[in-house]
Amino acid sequence: MNRPLQWQIATIAAIRPETPGVKTFTLDLPDWMPHRPGQHYDLRLRAVDGYEAQRSYSIASAPETKGQVQLTIERINDGEVSGFLHDVAVAGDRIEVRGPIGGYFVWEVPLGGPLMLIAGGSGVVPLMAMLRHRAAAGSQVPARLLFSARSYDDLIFREELDRLGADGSGLEVVYTLTRSQPSGWRGYGRRIDPAMLATVAGPLGRTPLCFICGPTLLVEAAANGLAEIGVPVSRIRTERFGPSGS
Amino acid sequence: MEAVDDDLNRAMMLDGNAVAGRFFALFGAEMTANLTECASCGQDHMMGALHAFTHAPGVVLRCPSCEAVMFRLVETPRGIYFDARGAAFVRIER
Repeated sequence: MNRPLQWQIATIAAIRPETPGVKTFTLDLPDWMPHRPGQHYDLRLRAVDGYEAQRSYSIASAPETKGQVQLTIERINDGEVSGFLHDVAVAGDRIEVRGPIGGYFVWEVPLGGPLMLIAGGSGVVPLMAMLRHRAAAGSQVPARLLFSARSYDDLIFREELDRLGADGSGLEVVYTLTRSQPSGWRGYGRRIDPAMLATVAGPLGRTPLCFICGPTLLVEAAANGLAEIGVPVSRIRTERFGPSGS
Repeated sequence: MEAVDDDLNRAMMLDGNAVAGRFFALFGAEMTANLTECASCGQDHMMGALHAFTHAPGVVLRCPSCEAVMFRLVETPRGIYFDARGAAFVRIER
């Protein structure tokens, strides 16, 4: 567990657009090791004049995918690192990374459930690693994902989530679209609130294991809402990523 | 104005997770699941659950229960300053 944390040179193997502002970068790692779903990599860019920019990006892939990791990254306006990755980087480019990092916001099958995952926007990324791991491991742990996005087109991983939610393994995926909903939309159409949390998390019992990731204000609202409906604070883990991109 | 600053600070707030890499580099160990006790209020929390303020030259970690400053971390080209006077202890898992 406590191996030294070294920077290594990863090679971008593939870049795949997910939504208008989000791409998945598949990295080949010379020094790959299995991660714990929910962990991240630090990524560092260095200019010739010595200027450095460093960011943390959650891993989207399951640890069962060997030799590679996928980082799914939202392009932030004026984002030095995400802007470079989205606009400049191409497959074959090499970048410095270190990881996997983190032991707090992680879930693995032996940790059990039931599992209540709550995502805002690209906050779905570390939760996707958990769900991909859950599927790869053949786990039947009851799980629900409540995923808040601005619009239908902003639902990252939508097709895969719909597939996972229909595979009979005990996962249910619930969406809420806060800005615009397509006609005939049957999901929620508002920000996450305690009534929504009671409806979605309620069937999981009193003590679901909860992971919330998203913009800080969404995380606060969801964590406070879960506490309000009686979920013990010790069962709630959060990962905030600051103000939302918009 | 102060309320606006507070709101902004709150919106920019992250978790201890966000500095996991820096702590790993500093301690040579994964730190976010390790317990630490707030010297102000006596509550124990995992390092990853602390409130992190990173939009400054240094990093400030506050207690999620009482908001007291527990840790300050400043990295310069020649050294690292780590001020932990707000913590009663950090338990490093073997």
